[in-house]
Amino acid sequence: MKKINLVQMKEKQKGRITELPEGSVLRNKLMSLGIYPGREVTKISHIGLRGPAAIKVGRSVLVIGHGMASKVIVEIQC
Amino acid sequence: MLKKIFLIGNPNVGKSVVFSRLTGVRVISSNYAGTTVDVMKGFLKSGEEEIEVIDLPGTYSIEPSSKAEEVAVALLRESPRDEFIVINVVDSTNLERNLFLTLQLIEEGLPVVVSLNMCDDAKHRGVNIDSEKLEQLLGVPVIATCAITGFGIKMLIDRFKEAKPVARNKLSHRELWQEIGGVIEQVQQLTHRHHTLRELLEDASVRPFSGMLMAIAVTFISFQAVRFIGEWLIDNVSNPAFFKFYEPLLWKLSHFLGQESFIHHLLIGDLLDGKIDFRQSLGLLTTAPYIEFAMVLPYIVSFYLVLGLLEDIGILPRLAMLMDNILHRLGLHGFAIIPVLLGLGCNVPGILATRNLESRRERFIAATLISIGVPCVALQAMIFGLLGKFSGFYVIGVYLVLFLVWLVLGVILNWVLKGISPELLVEIPPYRIPSLAILWHKLFLRIKGFLIEAIPVVMLGVLIVNVLLYFRLFEQFSLIFAPVVKGIFGLPKESAIALIMGFFRKDVAVGMLMPLGLSVKQLFIACVLLAVSFPCVATFVIMFRELGWKDFLKSCAIMLMVMLMVGASLNFLLPH
Repeated sequence: MKKINLVQMKEKQKGRITELPEGSVLRNKLMSLGIYPGREVTKISHIGLRGPAAIKVGRSVLVIGHGMASKVIVEIQC
Repeated sequence: MLKKIFLIGNPNVGKSVVFSRLTGVRVISSNYAGTTVDVMKGFLKSGEEEIEVIDLPGTYSIEPSSKAEEVAVALLRESPRDEFIVINVVDSTNLERNLFLTLQLIEEGLPVVVSLNMCDDAKHRGVNIDSEKLEQLLGVPVIATCAITGFGIKMLIDRFKEAKPVARNKLSHRELWQEIGGVIEQVQQLTHRHHTLRELLEDASVRPFSGMLMAIAVTFISFQAVRFIGEWLIDNVSNPAFFKFYEPLLWKLSHFLGQESFIHHLLIGDLLDGKIDFRQSLGLLTTAPYIEFAMVLPYIVSFYLVLGLLEDIGILPRLAMLMDNILHRLGLHGFAIIPVLLGLGCNVPGILATRNLESRRERFIAATLISIGVPCVALQAMIFGLLGKFSGFYVIGVYLVLFLVWLVLGVILNWVLKGISPELLVEIPPYRIPSLAILWHKLFLRIKGFLIEAIPVVMLGVLIVNVLLYFRLFEQFSLIFAPVVKGIFGLPKESAIALIMGFFRKDVAVGMLMPLGLSVKQLFIACVLLAVSFPCVATFVIMFRELGWKDFLKSCAIMLMVMLMVGASLNFLLPH
């Protein structure tokens, strides 16, 4: 088990969310979109030069800005 | 007494289509989160009584995170509890995420009916939902609907009165998700299928390389399509109508009135070489309708047709992802590309769409950039018409200058204004095949909106100029502005009237330039100035309303500075 953030995940890699960024408004927004600790996500892609990351959560595809994505921590199988 | 029905649901689940079905009122719907930024109202006739139906902007939870969402939640909380029920529109292709809001609404003690929408799309995607079981588990009526075809709407109308508050313990967010997981397991069955072409394209569109290629291709094709359809309409519909049918009629009128009369001057305008010149006569029945119907309207039709397709397929949020990088340098995030694209049609809906952005700072930057650097389609049509005659190169030049202004001003604003730019967080919808009926209604609504707004102002604008010309007041008027217009921008002093007319409507303003016989360079400068200078009066009103007077004045000051700087530098830098 290893902890990395959404940006560091590789394409098609699966992980389980363990930590969300600080700030209650932001946390609420992420939670309401289905990004909460314990949830499994699959990385789809990210855009270079500090671009956003795309992940699949359940049946939705979400795009998350670089700053926010680097503060969402997931646990991956090594 | 039941007086109101609120439609509430996640963004992009088809609330507006349900609303249209219930009330018969047509509203604009698209395939991206945040099409509706305002509250829409209509009435549903149910037997004797009329119930008000209110379509709220989409929200993921009852804790709002943007101005559009705040509106939705505030309205729900302010209304007296016993007078309304809530129809929670839910996307069946993504039930799990949608149930979060549903459970929150039920927990609040609101009387809820669930409209399990897009049930046909769910079937295509191999999602089967047991709506009876869902009804049992939630304790509120659940009705499968497909608003686009109208399936289930009658059932929804028959059953919404069954909605009653249900007692439910308040759960934490995490507990809510656990609960939802349990519900989903019992009601949803997925059939595994092979990947379809649509899913392959959806996937490719969010990867950097293939996504960028697709975006460039889509942008190029769209631009060409707008031009091609616009030109085709001008050559085959509006020009023949004006020259073959309308002109002979006007001739009869002209003979009847006698060329020397004031009323002739007012309606037909000046004859050039004894002929009616639709571009230069400046009469209420000649130049005014020609500008709107023959030069601008064809492009309005083609632009909104193409935009409607892009919106309904679901391309815009994908552009938001790809543009996030660049827009961050301007203090915005990727989603701001949507207001900008809408602004290319008309600045008013563009600025309204900035309500989807999270912070005040972001909304200020976006609105200012749209009003300065994004020309509306009416103005673009006139630029095509005027500069395109010389060479397409000049037209591209105008776009390049505007893009540069937009970029540089954005970087400066981001640097000067305090605060940070929030991060992009947006859902990418699946590609959907557009419904022709919806496309058509949307096009119709937008064209109708354009005509209602444009015609009176265009008439008024042409009337003012016509009268000024007749009484030779033009001279004195333009003398006041001569130092700036002539000295700094290098334009003949008569063009001051066109620049001022830009405050009414941009298309008329460019029309005013036509009789002046400007050189290409002067025309180029005048077109750029009209684009960056004060937006038209409709945009003005919206900016004032959306930004408040302080930010509005700031934005105006920026506009004036940009206008002076851009006009002066073009005048001194460009060769004759």
